[in-house]
Amino acid sequence: MRVSTPHLGNLHLTLEDLFRRLGCEYVKPPPTSTKTLQLGAKHSPEFACLPLKINVGNFIEALELGADTLIMAGGHGPCRFGYYGIVEERILRDLGYDFEFLMLEPFGDGKRAFYRTFAAISPGLTVRKLWKILKVSFSKGRAYDRLSKRSLQVRAYEANQGDTNRALKAAEELLLLADSPEEIEAAEVEALGLIEAVQQDPERDVLKVGIVGEFYLLLEPFSNFGIEEVLGNMGVYLERTVWVTDWIAPNRNNYIYGYPKKLVKQKAAPYLDQNVGGEGQETIGGIVLFAERGFDGIIQLLPFGCMPENIATSIIPKVQRDHDIPVLTLAFDEQSGRAGMITRVEAFYDLLRARRGSRAAIA
Amino acid sequence: MRVGIPRSLLYYKYLPFWKTFLTRLGLDVETSPMTNKQILSWGVKVAENELCVPVKAFYGHCMALRETSDAIFVPRVVSVEERAYTCPKFLGLPDMIAAVAEQLELPPLLTPKLNQREKPSEFKWQLINFAREQFGLSRLEAVAAIEEARVAQRRYQESLVRGHKPVDLLPASRLNRTRFRPPGEKRKRIGLLGHPYNIYDGYITQNLIARLEEMGAELVVPEMTDHHVLMDAATDVPKQLYWTYEKEIMGAINHWTGNRMIDGVVYVLAFACGPDSLIQVLIEHRAKTYNVPMMSLTIDEHSGEAGLVTRIEAFIDMLMRKKTAA
Ligand code: SF4
Ligand code: SF4
Repeated sequence: MRVSTPHLGNLHLTLEDLFRRLGCEYVKPPPTSTKTLQLGAKHSPEFACLPLKINVGNFIEALELGADTLIMAGGHGPCRFGYYGIVEERILRDLGYDFEFLMLEPFGDGKRAFYRTFAAISPGLTVRKLWKILKVSFSKGRAYDRLSKRSLQVRAYEANQGDTNRALKAAEELLLLADSPEEIEAAEVEALGLIEAVQQDPERDVLKVGIVGEFYLLLEPFSNFGIEEVLGNMGVYLERTVWVTDWIAPNRNNYIYGYPKKLVKQKAAPYLDQNVGGEGQETIGGIVLFAERGFDGIIQLLPFGCMPENIATSIIPKVQRDHDIPVLTLAFDEQSGRAGMITRVEAFYDLLRARRGSRAAIA
Repeated sequence: MRVGIPRSLLYYKYLPFWKTFLTRLGLDVETSPMTNKQILSWGVKVAENELCVPVKAFYGHCMALRETSDAIFVPRVVSVEERAYTCPKFLGLPDMIAAVAEQLELPPLLTPKLNQREKPSEFKWQLINFAREQFGLSRLEAVAAIEEARVAQRRYQESLVRGHKPVDLLPASRLNRTRFRPPGEKRKRIGLLGHPYNIYDGYITQNLIARLEEMGAELVVPEMTDHHVLMDAATDVPKQLYWTYEKEIMGAINHWTGNRMIDGVVYVLAFACGPDSLIQVLIEHRAKTYNVPMMSLTIDEHSGEAGLVTRIEAFIDMLMRKKTAA
């Protein structure tokens, strides 16, 4: 059995670990590229949101590499994501591919169905064994998230451009080799050490920007043209609302992000007191939280036409006025270009700098 | 107190219910005018650019009510059946309008939340609480209002199933009037598929209904079939759709094709519509499998009349030739 699933940021690092433990062959789709996107866009409906188009591209490339079993995450709406799988399967079958298709529905829906999806790719798997495997692989996922979170902050202060990226890469490799829980724990300490060891310039006057928006755009650097790295290189300290492990195993606390769900919803409530799917409420709540902590500005990232984010975008002008914080909204689709993103980010940077200057002058 | 109902979005589905209910609460109910140039351009100006055209129009309808209404009715319709949702945009609509209310000087909004996702009977309590809290009605009075509203809605739906289109029944749908129709033998049965607010808003669709009928279409619309039949017809997928209104659309195409009720289908969808962008794939697949010609019409605020006419003419011509050839 040759199993594949679409890319999502650095999730493939965790998946490699998971599939190895499950004893099945993981056909990692080739890294998402412009070709992947073009392929996906060509075969997807025009108004489908960007993540679906990239998913389709990843699947096609994986099938071409010989994958015979495809797995896609599910859900129950109200946004489109929960129905992606059904539509993706239809598109691929209409193209003439032959494969097994498995939808992995949320654990909360039914433990048995959840277990059965894994058992289908890992014969002889017991429930106990699945738990053990998930626990270890997930702890690795958490470690990857903590590393990238820290590097977002360190990059703003690095003395030599590129050091953080190199350190992160080395750090991730350390983790890749770790096997037992003890090894993973030790590797994470060592890996974090590599990132802390990046030479920093603590005197640098960095801007603080919060990144909010739709999960895929936030988690997949390909889809946003590596905006975090661009900002980091400009000396901008970043925090963001969505992290892979907070997203795949939702829980009350948002361990990586750091703000419990309840608090986020509370902060969103005066503007959006209703779950509208996707990250609609998280975006609004996130803006308020970052603003309260004195961040200089916010960047909202979304796929063009994303429903929950379009709702948020419609409400943001009011949040922005009330909290006096600039928000830059960037929507992406297959026609977007890196140059356009950079121009807008640079203009936003200048605006934030100017505001800082005038704020300092008043003080 | 005078309350305004925007003639937009779910108006086409639930006007009889809402109007009766609000009237029974002792309110004077008015509806905004039919969508027109002014309304749409207001909407386009204030609404976020990426939104679908019916939601943009909704903003315009709220603005059209601001001079005459003391309050605007913008219910939060989260779910109309168990384990399902409506479109996310209906979930967020009151918040979206509230975010611009001050700037546009809108009157206060009435935004009862209607959510039957967990339990269908909740609906009644949500309306009772709304009537009690906002208008000081007793529980009995509220129940009576709900009952009367239900009767009105049932009557409306029964007329729809008898073959009337929403535009024949709802007040003043002038734009969709068909002036002449070709003789019976020259007509083709065309399924007109899509959300009611996309199909029946004559201004946004540029008189689509009248144009199709004048060209010889015998229209079949989703509302003509009982809701339960549509829902049943939509179940042949590996995973049930969680959007009720999309499920109706899927059910309609399945029902029509499965029972050979149509010669062709015109699928109207709004530019950037989220749910439709996905089920489009399934609808196209179904039409292809059953060998029913299909045309997708995308509407937005820029849709030009000339392009639309040429496209539907070509489509109907093709259908006419197909039948004669066979
Ligand atoms: S959150 Fe937005 S972009 Fe993501 S799946 Fe839902 S609608 Fe599409
Ligand atoms: S279903 Fe589509 S057209 Fe209707 S409100 Fe939602 S996005 Fe707009």
